[in-house]
Amino acid sequence: MKRIFEVLKEVASRPSGAIGLLLVLLHIAIAICSPWIVPYDFKAISALDILTPPDAKHLFGTDQMGRDVLTRTLLGGREAILVTAIATPIAVFWGGLLGIYLGLVGGRRDDVIMRIVDAFLSLPWILKMLLLIVTFGNGIHVLIPTLAFFYGIPVIRIARAAAHSVVARDYVLAARARGQKRLTIIRRELLPNVLDALMVEGAMRWSWMLLAFSSLSFLGFGVSPPTPDWGLMVADSRTFLPLAPWAGLFPIAFLSSLIIGINMLADALAKTLGVDRAQKAPI
Amino acid sequence: MLKLLFRRIFLGGLTVIIVSMIIFGAVEMLPGDACTALLQQDARGETLKQCQEDLGLNRPAVLRYTDWVGGAAKGDFGLTAHRNKKVSDLVGDRVKNSLLLGLCSLALGLPLAFAMGIAAALKRDRWLDLSVSSLAIVAMTIPEFVSATVLILIFSAWLGWLPGIVTASASSPLSAFFPEIILPVVVLSMVMTAHILRTVRSSMLEVLDSDYVRMATLKGVPYSRMIVRHVLPNALLPAINVVALTVAWLLGGVVVIETVFNYPGLGRLMVSAISDRDLGLVQAIALIVSCVYVTVNLSADILSLLANPRLRTSMGRNS
Repeated sequence: MKRIFEVLKEVASRPSGAIGLLLVLLHIAIAICSPWIVPYDFKAISALDILTPPDAKHLFGTDQMGRDVLTRTLLGGREAILVTAIATPIAVFWGGLLGIYLGLVGGRRDDVIMRIVDAFLSLPWILKMLLLIVTFGNGIHVLIPTLAFFYGIPVIRIARAAAHSVVARDYVLAARARGQKRLTIIRRELLPNVLDALMVEGAMRWSWMLLAFSSLSFLGFGVSPPTPDWGLMVADSRTFLPLAPWAGLFPIAFLSSLIIGINMLADALAKTLGVDRAQKAPI
Repeated sequence: MLKLLFRRIFLGGLTVIIVSMIIFGAVEMLPGDACTALLQQDARGETLKQCQEDLGLNRPAVLRYTDWVGGAAKGDFGLTAHRNKKVSDLVGDRVKNSLLLGLCSLALGLPLAFAMGIAAALKRDRWLDLSVSSLAIVAMTIPEFVSATVLILIFSAWLGWLPGIVTASASSPLSAFFPEIILPVVVLSMVMTAHILRTVRSSMLEVLDSDYVRMATLKGVPYSRMIVRHVLPNALLPAINVVALTVAWLLGGVVVIETVFNYPGLGRLMVSAISDRDLGLVQAIALIVSCVYVTVNLSADILSLLANPRLRTSMGRNS
């Protein structure tokens, strides 16, 4: 716990980390508070104000059904953030543990599971996810496990590689020689060394998951209307975008700022922890 | 060396076989089959049984699997759910269109990515590097539907320079796709350029920091000669694998972009196949896409193995 605070403090001391952290926290705050601060009802249709440009009454204008865009934009990230914020830790947890385990035991089990991992990675994410979503529905109870499962698979690889680099170290050999159980070795010797890589990976997974989630909504397989969602709002606004760009550009700005914020945070985290994901990036 | 090559190829083949099992198994486990898709509401009782008998769906799964794989190996994936078209014909057109989109994007994006990556690395931490790297982060993190929508708004709706939507149908001749293909190609190459240039840049920096480059500088090798002879060959090799991943992604159907631009490629066919529950078509597309992925990555591995002797010792062990 103390370490997390230290890391966060160091992340915040970098310009990109500070901006990223600020953006992410702001979005989380909006997602939590928005039901109490929005000016209108998100499904209140008004035939009189269809596609009105931004003015004092509707700061972000209205959409094709006369609904307030500000209200819907503020509410539009809730389901995306909720789903991805739950699914990311699950994905990193199960993928990380399995990866570390495989890195430790190696041998036949490792070979077999890694081939299956390769097979899953060779299929497009959207095909895998759509098959499940079309069959079982697009509720949160389907989306969370689906995202958590498929986004955990690449984590296996990362965790396995990170574990590989420590498995041959003396202290792991010593622990083995002491006759410690595998679980103890994983918990006491491997996990602390792999945790940094997993934290960075988790931050990246979060942004990719958000990308996937909003793309699913955009394609019409994520959040169901009339629940406001950024991806869905962009999709709905596309046909009359030249006439009423505000209906699409505000959700676009919100979604993009969150994703860029997460990425800046991930990069700053990678640099702080010395994990070479940031690839010596200048910002 | 030869042993290593064969091992790689064997593993690639194994992956494809496992994929075929996963796809077949997944489709088996999902509720519904070809008959329920064909008959819709009428799918019950005698009719359903009769249909399943006609299509051979009541045979054991193992037999149907071997039949399917045997057909697939010959390029025969059977008929679509409505039984009026051959899957291979339907998929063939789409593969051709996806190939066109992918190759155009590569032709635009690859040179751009390498040029920008190399330039950014040579001007490390200066304004050029800063702007290229920031642009790359924006391009690779923003959802594709967002960049596509914004570009359509600017170049098609406001400026009126380019068509914002593809009107050519799936079986149109390739020439019908110009100039409609330009915007989707631009969006795709933006994303791939960002990914590749980041890799090129970081591997360039790694080589520029290395001892042998410092040695060459101390020896007085001219700057341009050092970059061309010592830095580039070593720095560009690691990019092969990223390029391969990008190619696989491009050819595997870029669903979102195809949907935004109404482009008749493999990705949109995949989505409509899943929505229509045309499981035979889904299986065929999944198998093709994963074969492309495996083949492209395998070629990249072999290529870097041939070009870089240092990998020959470690690669065989690590996989």
